Amino acid sequence: MNNRISEKFSQLISKKEKALITFITAGDPDLETTAELVLTLEKAGADVIELGVPYSDPLADGPIIQQASQRALKSGTNLKKILQLVSRLRQTTQVPIILMTYYNPLIRYGLERVARDAAGAGVDGFIVPDLPVEESEEFHTFLAGNGLYLIPLVAPTSGPDRIANITGNAEGFVYCVSLTGVTGIRDKVPDDLQGFMETVRRYTGAPLAVGFGVSTAQQVAVISQHCDAVIVGSALVKNIGEKGKSPDLTESVYKLVRSLKEPLKSESYDGRVSVSGR
Amino acid sequence: MYELPDKRGHFGVFGGKFVPETLMPALTELEEAYEEAKNDRSFFDELNRYLKEYVGRPSLLYYAGGLTEYCRGAKIYLKREDLNHTGAHKINNTIGQVLLAKRMGKKRVIAETGAGQHGVATATAAALFGLECIVFMGEEDIKRQELNVFRMKLLGARVEPVSSGSRTLKDAMNEAIRDWVTNVRTTFYVLGSVGGPHPYPMIVRDFQKIIGEETKKQILEKEGRLPDYIIACVGGGSNAIGIFYPFLQNEDVKLIGVEAAGHGLDTPYHAATLTRGTKGVLHGAYSYVLQDDDGQILEAHSVSAGLDYPGVGPEHSYLKESGRVEYASVTDSEALDAFQVLCRTEGIIPALESSHAIAYGLKLIPQLGPDKTVVINLSGRGDKDVQSVAGLLEVK
Repeated sequence: MNNRISEKFSQLISKKEKALITFITAGDPDLETTAELVLTLEKAGADVIELGVPYSDPLADGPIIQQASQRALKSGTNLKKILQLVSRLRQTTQVPIILMTYYNPLIRYGLERVARDAAGAGVDGFIVPDLPVEESEEFHTFLAGNGLYLIPLVAPTSGPDRIANITGNAEGFVYCVSLTGVTGIRDKVPDDLQGFMETVRRYTGAPLAVGFGVSTAQQVAVISQHCDAVIVGSALVKNIGEKGKSPDLTESVYKLVRSLKEPLKSESYDGRVSVSGR
Repeated sequence: MYELPDKRGHFGVFGGKFVPETLMPALTELEEAYEEAKNDRSFFDELNRYLKEYVGRPSLLYYAGGLTEYCRGAKIYLKREDLNHTGAHKINNTIGQVLLAKRMGKKRVIAETGAGQHGVATATAAALFGLECIVFMGEEDIKRQELNVFRMKLLGARVEPVSSGSRTLKDAMNEAIRDWVTNVRTTFYVLGSVGGPHPYPMIVRDFQKIIGEETKKQILEKEGRLPDYIIACVGGGSNAIGIFYPFLQNEDVKLIGVEAAGHGLDTPYHAATLTRGTKGVLHGAYSYVLQDDDGQILEAHSVSAGLDYPGVGPEHSYLKESGRVEYASVTDSEALDAFQVLCRTEGIIPALESSHAIAYGLKLIPQLGPDKTVVINLSGRGDKDVQSVAGLLEVK
């Protein structure tokens, strides 16, 4: 079974282009708007789309995404409706879609059932920030059985042994958390990012994506020198939160995403082709 | 033999470590530091010295003649954790964890607090050992527990108000974890109950089991045999595990954990996680939780801020499923009644948390014969609750 995430990365590598992965919270301000936004993100140049499943206690998230989750929960969003949304989107787009969700909503839905339903809807993978490798075997098995990826996360604190263990069987890409902290907008790119990325690169040939604290095109340009993909979440979610349902929401998201993708196009970056082995 | 948790931090299916990757190495570091400390005699010598000379241990096992007469059933003993320095069992754990933090070279400690008892106990230990201390506390609880907020500030701690979610203990814990993720390299998280990711449920239990160990020795001295029942309140469950744990293998001793039924189990306003909850992950452990059909965590309710929590320690979930411990619940108003009964029959003002254990005792004990003995864990004193009880009784 071909997974859209891997296909996308193969295409990008052959074009010598790097990936822009965008995160938005599903259901903020409502699921209708989310459907529209997914198409806008793709049109503006997003290569992979992460849809956040809202959760009452998002302990890896900063205030921006916490508040978006609250708004999404208020609008009646749940996992089942998000899967229906993806299913509908699949009639018009083949952009890779990953669900980012905390573990508890998955347990409640049923791990086997969610893997099956997500595959049926056209989801390509999951990112579960509170499910470390030690506890992930059961869910991973169900996902694998349905051709879906469980995207592994590594952190600056992980250390060589854990990185080797976590990335050993990496599928899709490795999510590299750029800093010790929660999601959010930061002024600076972490000083030790290059060293961290070099360490991760020693252990895996999978594409490396950097997320947490990336919000401007300038930061994207700096960070993309060390990786194959850049993940932007809070900057977009903040924009959506400010615009709400106003008519210029789509346009402002489009503009932001276009500017974020610009430094990732092949003619834009410094020609260093990262060795991603796939 | 009861040897839980296993190496991966599981109590049967419960427990484990469900936290962001950033924290996983810190949990391993903590596990290793604790293992090392456990095998170091000097660590426990120091801990025991502080428990004796600073906390005032052993706490008394007091024969409650007035309450016994009032109940007209079994003989009642109270384990007087309320007499500890800072007024509750919480200090047993914070002295242990802050000593561990010092040993690990951490200069900054953080804690979450609901009623403020754990916050005060952490601020106290941090003052004693000269560490920087930040306590996360929900805005709702800050309002309910003004006195404890002031206490923490007097002790040199910074109280960080938490405005997210329900603004209570659950949200304070989220915020403490977020701070820990951010400052993990310099900071020790002093977790206050037997919840959270491994190794916390084990470490907190080990620091609290002194309650049960003393109880065992004291009741044998007084009665020449073990008690028939031990009753303790359960929010996260640290005082209950503390007194139950040394008795787990004494099958004849019935162990009863009492949860907060709030306005009643059939209303949405309770905190009876084991009685009415379902299995899930909250704050890093797989255990029983109060949640809706989508896996969103529900707000708990209890008149007692210390029991107002939608989760419970994973070992309690295990002990419930294994049948070794029975879990019951009492309502806000039953707890308030028991609060007053103990004041009048014994001249002891109990914490509202501990009043739940007493309230269950008031129901159970009259049905027992005079040849039976019951120990109730009086986990804390009620000074902190006097003001809110005054308000509640006026309403009544």
